[in-house]
Amino acid sequence: MSDPDISTSATMDPAQPGGETTTRRMVLNMGPQHPSTHGVLRILLELDGETITKAEPDIGFLHTGIEKQAEALNWQQVVTLTDRMDYLANLSNNLAYALPVEKLLQIEIPDKAQWLRVLLVELTRINSHLVWLGTHALDLGAMTVFFYCFREREDLLRIFEMFSGQRLMTSYIRIGGLALEPPRGWQQVVKKFNDALPSNIDEYEELLNTNPIFLNRVKGVGVLPLEKLLALSVTGPLIRAAGLKWDIRKSEPYSSYEKFDFDVPVYQESDVWARYRVRMEEMRQSQRIVKQALEGMPEGPWKADAPKVVLPDREKMKTQMEALIYHFKIVTEGFRVPAGEAFVPTESPRGEIGFFVVSDGTSKPLRVFMRTPSFGNLQALPALFEGNLVANSIAALGSLDFMLGDVDR
Amino acid sequence: MLPELLQSLPVPAALEAWDPQAIVDGSLELGETLLWVAPEKIVALCRELRDNLEFERICGVTAIDRYPLEPRFEVVYFLHSISRNLRLKLKVALPGADPAVQSVTAIWAGADWYEREAFDLFGIRFEGHPNLKRIMMPEGWEGHPLRRDFPTHGHKYSYQNE
Repeated sequence: MSDPDISTSATMDPAQPGGETTTRRMVLNMGPQHPSTHGVLRILLELDGETITKAEPDIGFLHTGIEKQAEALNWQQVVTLTDRMDYLANLSNNLAYALPVEKLLQIEIPDKAQWLRVLLVELTRINSHLVWLGTHALDLGAMTVFFYCFREREDLLRIFEMFSGQRLMTSYIRIGGLALEPPRGWQQVVKKFNDALPSNIDEYEELLNTNPIFLNRVKGVGVLPLEKLLALSVTGPLIRAAGLKWDIRKSEPYSSYEKFDFDVPVYQESDVWARYRVRMEEMRQSQRIVKQALEGMPEGPWKADAPKVVLPDREKMKTQMEALIYHFKIVTEGFRVPAGEAFVPTESPRGEIGFFVVSDGTSKPLRVFMRTPSFGNLQALPALFEGNLVANSIAALGSLDFMLGDVDR
Repeated sequence: MLPELLQSLPVPAALEAWDPQAIVDGSLELGETLLWVAPEKIVALCRELRDNLEFERICGVTAIDRYPLEPRFEVVYFLHSISRNLRLKLKVALPGADPAVQSVTAIWAGADWYEREAFDLFGIRFEGHPNLKRIMMPEGWEGHPLRRDFPTHGHKYSYQNE
């Protein structure tokens, strides 16, 4: 495949008028089609007419060496790098990083912080699915859905800004709790968004579920059996659309997910249509979780009682010598993490995200391995493409819902 | 040899019964089971795990560089059994000079990119891998960036050197 041949796929032999048609394989670069393929993902397609005979994704264009950089920063600073991996699910990444480090430090996170984490991560899931839905529909020719989705996404970004001061690179979930005290009046803002969400989701579904063009392009397209998906390390909504009820929030609960009541949507068809329905249903379930978190939010501190790890309150720092010393130590050299290693899998909007952190007892990580969902999911791309038509590959590509920042890191 | 602590767990005990030579050491820390595997046994052990112990998927493969200690590299395999809701870490210790281990892509196709990544960033060869070439760094890049002796700043490719 290294030598692209861009001649026509079928040539008639001029010596024999009306004679046999000889076909030749053609190698082409696909794209830019999906928003993720503008310069950051290259897919080499080998075509036989309109059918893809071989697909080879070429990744690494967005590789910024995040795992290498993490070894040069102290433990708390690495949180900022995790935002930059999957830039649509920042808070899920923050949480996925904080959990194994807290496991090594063996610090107890107070209930309120855990519930707020769940609430924010579920809002992130809605945010990520909204962007996926908008761009996926746009790929398939339904433009209006994009505007509707981004209308709600704007509200969500305002909520994130309200909490953290940032719309995208939130870094709000930190080792030991949260970065800042939740802002005054956040409940009303989140409630207003959350109450309106079910009718908004109905609106998107009305635009798509009755749209024959959309239905024709997603039903029965991009089918892969469950065994193949599992063997290829695919996770998340893709697995649930293939009939396996596996959600890490249920099977290995973290951050008090066991206290929430929600369903795991499962469909059997394993096509683009099933993946669409799984994600739509997940948004509804996230809405339910946010509602429960709002109603049952416990009182108490929003960060752990671990003075060697968590920065002290501003007033304490200015009035108490001990707090000032801890503040100075944490800011200048960071905190030390006991030697050891930990891996905590969590469920991000795209699938299984888990950080494997290794400490040698110093204030910087020895190794941070980021098991990101998009990297695993993108491995299924050749299997999804090969043997299918080029036109269907657009729908199949969108249904993978990968984020190149998450793939390349 | 399997430590006392792990002998009561079903999966390590089953593996020990399958081949007493395969497991070199093991530990159970923070609720995570870790088995050190003899490098030449890794493929056979993984096949046993997939076929008879229901480990349907590999969650990732990576490496740790313990430079300047020897053996320098640890290849880590994260295995997961959804039906048993069980996770298992396998480790293989490799020397600093020409680190190489058999590939497990024949057992779980999903190990493909993870092994390519470890090859690219650590320089560990996975023998029998169908397509072992760089995945993150450009073709022709010299060195393996995630090795501890590769500088974070100031290497020859740095824009500051131009």
